[in-house]
Amino acid sequence: MAKVIVVTSGKGGVGKTTTSASIATGLAKRGHKTVVIDFDVGLRNLDLIMGCERRVVYDFVNVLQNEANLKQALIKDKHCDNLFVLPASQTRDKDALTPEGVEKVLNELRENHDFIVCDSPAGIEQGAVMALYFADEAIVVTNPEVSSVRDSDRILGILSAKSKRAAENQEPIKEHLLITRYSPERVSSGEMLSITDIQELLGVKLVGVIPESQTVLQASNSGIPVIHMNDSPSGQAYEDVVARFLGEERPMRFVEPEKKSFLKRLFGT
Amino acid sequence: MMPKSASDPPKTNDLFQLDNQETAIDLKGSVFTLPVLCLKVTDLAKIEDDLKERLSKSPQFFENAPIVVDLESIKKCADDFDFPQFVTLLRGLHLVPVGVQHGTKTQHEAAKWAGFAELNGGIIQELPTAANRRKNTAKSSKVNAPQQTSDNTPGDTQLDAQGASSENKASTHAIKSIESTPSAKVIRQPVRSGQRIYHQGGDLILLAAVNAGAEIMADGNIHVYAPLRGRALAGVRGDTEARIFCLQMESELIAIAGQYRVFENKVPPEMFGKPVQIFLDGDKIVITPLE
Ligand SMILES: Nc1ncnc2c1ncn2[C@@H]1O[C@H](COP(=O)(O)OP(=O)(O)OP(=O)(O)O)[C@@H](O)[C@H]1O
Ligand SMILES: [Mg+2]
Repeated sequence: MAKVIVVTSGKGGVGKTTTSASIATGLAKRGHKTVVIDFDVGLRNLDLIMGCERRVVYDFVNVLQNEANLKQALIKDKHCDNLFVLPASQTRDKDALTPEGVEKVLNELRENHDFIVCDSPAGIEQGAVMALYFADEAIVVTNPEVSSVRDSDRILGILSAKSKRAAENQEPIKEHLLITRYSPERVSSGEMLSITDIQELLGVKLVGVIPESQTVLQASNSGIPVIHMNDSPSGQAYEDVVARFLGEERPMRFVEPEKKSFLKRLFGT
Repeated sequence: MMPKSASDPPKTNDLFQLDNQETAIDLKGSVFTLPVLCLKVTDLAKIEDDLKERLSKSPQFFENAPIVVDLESIKKCADDFDFPQFVTLLRGLHLVPVGVQHGTKTQHEAAKWAGFAELNGGIIQELPTAANRRKNTAKSSKVNAPQQTSDNTPGDTQLDAQGASSENKASTHAIKSIESTPSAKVIRQPVRSGQRIYHQGGDLILLAAVNAGAEIMADGNIHVYAPLRGRALAGVRGDTEARIFCLQMESELIAIAGQYRVFENKVPPEMFGKPVQIFLDGDKIVITPLE
């Protein structure tokens, strides 16, 4: 059975697109046929992070409006065989996302994919609701700050009350908490919320913690999902997330402040 | 069934689907409990002042509430009560005037022209207090006659629309006795930011956290066996005996029968995170440790 996963947050700029790209890549690398859809109509971001922006001819909205079929719009990823990208359009308006249209596309994708990853736009408007409405599982991306946690709480409420599963009284959407841009140093200095604080406030099972890292930006700029960066902590942390998502047990890494060596302390690097 | 927009109600099929092709509607009878406004004077300015004061104590409850006007006490007054102006006043306060009762013939005639229905024979009950809610339990346990039933849907479903799914969902459609038995409602999932739950006619029991930005309200007591971080309003229909109990006090706002206290910065450290009970002493809110 194909699974629809929404990557959502409420708050903007917390790392949803980064996460969607890396998780979709991770699932595909493990042999699952995966498609990642950009629901952020009007902005277009996912194709940049996936490094396929030059190959966008048709997009999600073209498919919704029957101007192209899925086969024409899906872009095959250049790194992974099992991965496809359904980009958003930069020009069209968001009203194009109708529930009937979205459901039809998702059902068609369900037929020959294992995972459908939906990259949600920020906010709680139509676009965000459409991205989560048909989800089976949700990855709620949160940064360690009060406003982000509050917005995640809001989105969790919407997941449990306004999704299709809620409306039809089915088993609720399975929720996963992903903390990104985590900086153990800033947590221990009290500037940011700790993992325990966030988990206590949200009461959702933690699927991973991605450290704050320069590599993420570099990877985005070169159009390579950061999970490909095997030797960076953020890449490895995303790898762990995919493993846990698929049911493996893995200890949390990169969550303790780095112990600075004597020399480092001396030279302050 | 799919929503057209985020704000569409999740389920409307059972309301709007036609049973068969021949009839487009069904007519059914139903008994409702409506708030009754008993007028004691005919001076609209005085009425308005008083109403505003009352409404400010439980604005949520009266928002768009249908209201019946009782004219018993102003029967003897002159028959020139300005009903059209009165309707404007009520609407302006977000009340929905639906009917009048116990007035003179002339008054009823004038009221009808202003859009009121004539409702006679209503039985006026005091708004519930802990004492008469208990009395009701005792009485209603004896009332088993099936014809003495009413469908109590309005309050619950409207206000629950945004809320987390609740334990006794069925009861919103279930048949209840006229005296509105004080049933408790149990919520198991967390109530999250932006969600609001109102339980009419009884206690509200929460087994998971009420998060910041969430709001829970009950006609009776509120029990939270988890952190209370959002807003809790007990006795929203004026029951001054109602109490709030919680295991972990971190609330933003608490209110009992319209008296409220806001914790703008944070709950004082001596009670933050502690089990407490909250009740009214006169019109003062008292918070004491639960031990
Ligand atoms: N772990 C991280 N460390 C450092 N920077 C990060 C990390 N994750 C994301 N970023 C940066 O944060 C910014 C926002 O990331 P991203 O576009 O993934 O967020 P988003 O939630 O999709 O945003 P939007 O709400 O606008 O769609 C980007 O510049 C990205 O490089
Ligand atoms: Mg994005």
